[in-house]
Formats: sequence, C-alpha cells, structure tokens
Amino acid sequence: MKKVIVKPKVLHNIPWHYCPGCTHGIVHRLIAEVIDEMDLQKDAVGVASVGCSCFNYDYFDIDMSAAAHGRAPAVATGIKRVQPGRLVFTYQGDGDLCAIGTAEAIHAAVRGENITIIFYNNGIYGMTGGQMAPTSLPDMKTTTSPYGRNVQETGFPIKMTEMLALQEGCVYAERTKVSNPASINKTKKAIRKAFELQLSRAGFTIVEILGTCPTNWGLDPLQAIKWMEEKLEKQYPTGILKNSKGDSVICDKK
Amino acid sequence: MTKVEINEELCKGCGLCINFCPSKVLNYADYTNNKGYHPAKLINPEKCTGCTSCYLVCPDCCFEIYR
Repeated sequence: MKKVIVKPKVLHNIPWHYCPGCTHGIVHRLIAEVIDEMDLQKDAVGVASVGCSCFNYDYFDIDMSAAAHGRAPAVATGIKRVQPGRLVFTYQGDGDLCAIGTAEAIHAAVRGENITIIFYNNGIYGMTGGQMAPTSLPDMKTTTSPYGRNVQETGFPIKMTEMLALQEGCVYAERTKVSNPASINKTKKAIRKAFELQLSRAGFTIVEILGTCPTNWGLDPLQAIKWMEEKLEKQYPTGILKNSKGDSVICDKK
Repeated sequence: MTKVEINEELCKGCGLCINFCPSKVLNYADYTNNKGYHPAKLINPEKCTGCTSCYLVCPDCCFEIYR
C-alpha cells in the first residue's frame, strides 16, 4: 500500500498547544503542505507573531523568527530585503495584525514589500482570555464586552484585508475560511498563489483565513464552525478581493 | 483497500473528523489517551473510501492514509 497522505515533513511531530477544535492547526498544516510541495523547506522564513500562534516557530521545521506584538511585517521586511531570494511570510492573528500592528501592515503594503501575510481572523483575542478584538462582530459577547459589542462605544469591526487591498503595492488579497474540506482546499490554493506571486517578485500579498476560537466563543468545535459560517462569514465575505493585475476590488456589497 | 492510521496521542477529541466523514466510519473511542481525551477511532474500517476528509479537517495532523 502506498502512502496517500501523511503529515507534511515541514512540521515537527510534536503535539500542538492549541485547544481542541481550534483551526489554527489546519492553517499550519496547509502552509507546511504548500512549502513541501514547492520544495522550499530550506528557503522559507516565517515570522511568528504574538498571540495564540506565537509558538509556531516550535512547530515548523523551517527558519523562523519571532517579532514584537504587531511588528511581524516590519521584521519580515528586513529579512526579505537582506535575503530577497527567500520566501518570507508572517503568520498573524487578528489582535496582532488589526490592533497594534495596523501601521506596520499598511505601510508594508504601501511600500509593496515582497512578503506574504497569513492573517488568521477569529474575531477575538484568544491567548489573553477572550477579550474584544477590533474584528469582533457587533453585539458579540466577549469577556470585555459581556453585554455584546456596542458599536457606538467601541466602533465597528475593522476590515483589514479590504484596507490592504486598496493599496497599490498589494497585488493579491483573498479571504478564505477553513470550515469544511472544500474550503480548506481553497485556502491551500490561495496560500500557494500568494507564495508563487511573492517568488515572482510581484509585491505584497495577503491571505485572510476565517477560523474559529471554540474556547473563547464558548461553543463546541462543531458549533463554532457553524457560527463562523453563519456570523463571521456574513461580516467578512470570502472571495478574492484583489488579483495579481491590481484591479477588480470586490469588497463587500452590503 | 484503504488503511487509515490515527495517532491517538496527538488527538484532542474535537470530533471534526467524525462529523465530516462522509461514510461515517469514525467515532470516539471508549478509552482515553494520555492527555485524557477520547481519541477518534475507526469503527467500521471496511466502509472507508480513503477520501482524506478526516485528514483535511483534522487540526492536529493525526491521520495517515494509505491506499
């Protein structure tokens, strides 16, 4: 019998610290599979952010760096400028990218830095205990908004990928989700496309991935996936927001 | 003929594979692993088609599939 599918060799064979049912693991595996398929294990450099994903340098068997909170695009810029032949990506959550790291991300896109941001969006701060994030939905209950997010007090959810897609330096922006096998395959294609564009020196690329946080949403893993498709996807519609030609910004039609 | 191997020590018993398996060949085991979770287990392996859905949705990379 032949091996059809096994754990990618870019991942260390150790247990992950994520909660049961957290889709961070799926995204890690997809990145590892793409690096494996493109045979870039020796050339890839990842930058870990602060948040639940901050230990991912222990999981990937590639060169990794860690950055201060929100500063992963700045660190990735430095790595890419010194070693332009390498594949440089950042792995950031919504608290990291959309709150403290907004300036770094936008200016990396404005400069057209040849890096890829993998943006994991679950609308909540996971590691610190479920506080309200800039991406939390209106009326969403979190530990710092126990009666639901009040948009008059705390503003509206930030649409980071749309914002980055508007910048001329950004050549590819796509929002996907990891809720079922079909959408997981789509996400993998999006990551691969972003990496390929980066290697062809096209410019800044971002893939936003809608994921779950069962623990802090207070749901079981299956309910969390359902909630993601019903609520989170309604606020953040999936699809290609910008393609390599630099036009056709779809954004949402609401 | 397909063969599915599950690394039970990595499994956290989230149940995503059980839900997304189209042939419903998986279920929770009646024992626990060292972490205290009930891992996923093949209950009727002869019905498995080797579609790899379990591998795709598994957040902890527990599955290896041979065909």
